[in-house]
Order: sequence, then C-alpha cells, then structure tokens
Amino acid sequence: MKTVMNGDFAASYGAMTSDVKFVAAYPITPQTLIVEKLSELVADGELDASFVKVESEHSAMAACIGAQAAGIRTFTATSSQGLLLMCEVLHWAARARLPIVLANVNRAVAPGWSIWADAQDSISQRDTGWMQVYAENNQDVYDSILMAYKIAEDNDVLLPMMVNLDAFFLSHTSEVVDLIDNDKAKEFLPAYDPEYKLDPKNPRAFGALTSPEHYFEFTYKMFEAMEVAKKKITQVGKEFGDIFGRYYDMTESYKIDDAETVLVTFGTIAGTAKESVDRLRKEGKKVGNLKIRVFRPFPAEQIIDALKNAKRVVVIDRDYSYGNEGAFYTEIKGALYDANLRIDTYGMIAGLGGRDVSTTVIKEIVEKAETSEPNKTYFIGVKK
Amino acid sequence: MIEIRLHGRGGQGAVKAAEILARAAFYDGKVVQSFPFFGVERRGAPVQAFTRISDDVIRIHSYIYEPDVLVVLDPTLIGAEGVNILDGLQENGKVVINSSKKPEDFDFHGKNGIKVFTVDATKIAIEHKLGSASAPIVNTAIVGAIAKVTGLVTIGSVKKAIFDTIPRYQEKNAAAAEATFNQVK
Repeated sequence: MKTVMNGDFAASYGAMTSDVKFVAAYPITPQTLIVEKLSELVADGELDASFVKVESEHSAMAACIGAQAAGIRTFTATSSQGLLLMCEVLHWAARARLPIVLANVNRAVAPGWSIWADAQDSISQRDTGWMQVYAENNQDVYDSILMAYKIAEDNDVLLPMMVNLDAFFLSHTSEVVDLIDNDKAKEFLPAYDPEYKLDPKNPRAFGALTSPEHYFEFTYKMFEAMEVAKKKITQVGKEFGDIFGRYYDMTESYKIDDAETVLVTFGTIAGTAKESVDRLRKEGKKVGNLKIRVFRPFPAEQIIDALKNAKRVVVIDRDYSYGNEGAFYTEIKGALYDANLRIDTYGMIAGLGGRDVSTTVIKEIVEKAETSEPNKTYFIGVKK
Repeated sequence: MIEIRLHGRGGQGAVKAAEILARAAFYDGKVVQSFPFFGVERRGAPVQAFTRISDDVIRIHSYIYEPDVLVVLDPTLIGAEGVNILDGLQENGKVVINSSKKPEDFDFHGKNGIKVFTVDATKIAIEHKLGSASAPIVNTAIVGAIAKVTGLVTIGSVKKAIFDTIPRYQEKNAAAAEATFNQVK
C-alpha cells in the first residue's frame, strides 16, 4: 500500500513490517520520530512487541543484546552522539554474533553542536563489526530494514546491520513509500528462530573469557561471515526484487558504461548525483554515478568492475577521517590498487554538518575534478 | 517536475501547507516530496518549506533554489531584510501571496513573465476560526488558492489531504481551503 511518510516513520514501519518483538531506544534529534512512532504502534496494539524505555543509548543496545541473545528479534534506532555512546556495546553485539538491526540517522558530531546531516557518526563506528547500509530515499530505508533482518539472521552470517539515513534530507522529508503487507513480509522474512540462544532449559555459556588459543579464530569467523554476507546481500536484494519489484544490491551503477568521469556517492547525495548526471550529459559531459549502498562488508569486486573503464573517479565523502581523507575515498583507492587500476582519483569532501549538496554543488565538483590535480583531497565550498 | 517553495513565519504552518500540498498531489497520482528548511524554528521568524511534484521518481534531495511556484504566507516578508522571496524564481513563474491587495499592486507582477495571484487567506482563516484572530493559521487556506492557480492538485484531493494531515477542526480547515480556491485572483 502506497502512502506518504517521512524517513523516520519509514524506519519505524520497516521495523513493524519485520515483526520485531523487542524495541529499546532512547530519543535523540533527528531520530526521535522513529522511537515515538514505534512506542505509539506498540501502545495501539498494532505492533506486538515489548517497548523498553531506557536511560541511555548504551543501555538501549545492552537491552537489545540481552533480548536478542534470548532468541528474540530486536530493533533500536539512534543518531550521532547516541551512536557514539553505544560504541562499546556495538562491538559486543557483533562479536556475540547477534543479528540486531539498528537505524542510525546520520548526523554530525559535536562540537560545534549540530543536528544536521553528516556521516561522521557511522563512519567512526566502521570497525565495530556491523554491516552498514546507506539509504538513498525513504523507500530504501523501509526496504533495507526488512532485508537487513533476512541477511543478518542468515546462519552463515549472524552479524548485526546498521541502516543509515541522512538527517532531515530523509528523516524529516516526506516521500511516497510502498508498504508491504504483513503476510507477504512473513513469507519473505520468517520468524526468528536462532540455533543458539539463552535458554534456562538448555544452559550454555556466552561471552566467556577467551584465551589467545581461541580469540583469533573468533575474528577469523567474522571475516568468513562478512565474505558470505557480500553474496547474501546481493542474493537477498534480488529475491526482494523478484517478490516486491524493487531490486537492491551492494552498489548501483548509473550511466557508467561510456562515462569518463564517474562520481562515487552514498546516501541522499547519490540521488542528487544521478539527477546531476542527466543534467551534465545534456551539456555533453560523459558523467556517471556509482552509488555505494553497502559500505560494510565492502563491495570491492563490484566497485572495480564499475570503475575499470573510467578516466576520472570522483568520490564524494560526507565525512572526514581526521589526518587523512574521506573514508570512502581511501577505500575506493584501495580497491582500484588491488585491481592494478591506475585511474586519476579525486577526494571531494562535501556537505559536512548538513551543508546542502545540490545539483549545482555536484556540477562544481565535476568541474573541480576536470581542472585540478588528481590523487588529492579537496574540501568543497569552504568559506575563507 | 514542479518545484514549489513556501515562505512564511514560524507558527503560520508553512511546513504543514507543503505537506498537505504534497499529499494532495499524491492522491492525484503524482510522485511527491515535501520537507521543511532544516533550521531551528522560532515563532515569527522567517521559515521556508518545499514541495516537489513529479510524474517520475524524485531522486533529488536538496533544497529548492529555482522554484516554479512561490507561495508567500505572510506578505510582510516581501522586501523584509535578509529575505529575498523572489530568489531563483523561474521565468513565467507563479507567485501566490496571502494579501488583501491586488496582484498589480506588486511591482514584480508581469516582470519576466511572473504572474502574481492574491487571496486574503488571513481574513478567511479568521472567519473560519483557525488559530486566533491575532495569530491566524493560514496554511490550510492557502493550499486551496495554490490548487486553483497552478492546477497542480484538485480541490477534492486538497480537502482529503487536510482531513488526513490535520488532527483537529478538519471541516473548518477544508472549508477555508475551498473559500480561497473560489476567491483567489
């Protein structure tokens, strides 16, 4: 059923359609609406789940870990400072191999105090063992949550997944979202029934002291699981498309076949970039766009395949790894190096702290790449 | 794709107006997007809200800089310091102003093909007891006028959108929209 809703509500309904049984969350702007809607859905009896109010984001994730370990499908949502406060337990959830799904509203990190769009929060949690999806629009938010449970709960994956949506550009923007019937959703995503769980009738030890004899293998198992996850994400994206008509993958190529300049983008900037590609092509410029939808596991193979014929690769990062460059830029270059592809690359930092990345800004970025030295980082639109 | 930018003051309901307009277009079978300017809202301060209406998927996620249609909920914003309402307005663009004046009273009417339309939404809102007499809420009323002069949405869908968006006094709000639909010049 098609309706109009903002990105926060799309996340709430994504959790409801996924039939989550446990929600623990702490409100933070601009994620607050997700939590409010979920508490309303539970209170109204539309969502049959326990809703637990907690005193912090750390507690929210800790509560989800407990519930998920007991064999229940859980959901939480946060943003910015809240995600950072979760850091310790994010690691715990992943290493305990608990397929929790979290919606994170990408918001800048303080100070200066900011509630606006920026991916620094989730990028700084890159190495916690969570899979990361970056949504382009509200439909993507909703669909990605449903797919996230299917991927995360796969017995050969068992890793948590974070679905990221840009502050305000999605969280507070109303768009058309096609909601899935509960019955159809259940066919796609059956009830959660893990092989291992906390059960008084069948006691097991979880999270025990792990000597150097075994810890290493635990990490190796996560490496294996991430490799499997790459295939599962593609597979589940296709299966989802076959059933619901909307196809997803780890990356999405737009007009790259004959493109000399390929933009590499994520989140809402990817959508605006596609619009820019069409406008720039009308001016005779051969431009394309590669959207990175999934950042962890990192889709190196797909990226290499998409970029191999490009003359210029222009990566737009709404984040900055202090002392180096944009996080996506580093990793894209790594993938190209592995494939022996020596292409001119440009690291473009744009849109930090909610600065708007319009089609005009993207045009500026393309022009900047055409006229600047390659293999360098540029901050776009800095006021001097 | 048609891009609409609404200018109002905090408390007038510009954000809701953008949402009602989008929802109405959705009921008419269009693809839509609406959002507020992402700022810190204060009552009385200038605010903006945006609506995109399209036949195809809307990929763009950024503010509207070159609108096809401008909507002004408070005429005192025209010429106010730090606010340039007409910024980026397309040639042959339409401007809907909540004002008791005539379109010809605005010096940009007719320039660059710009067409101004006026309706006294404040008076209509007060008549329908929307908000208070000193701070009337004109958002639902103005959408009726937008429907009439742009033809982007039907008045029936506007009324349905009002019923689905506004929590209280839906009848009065829908009646106000109908009144501006009939009175806009």
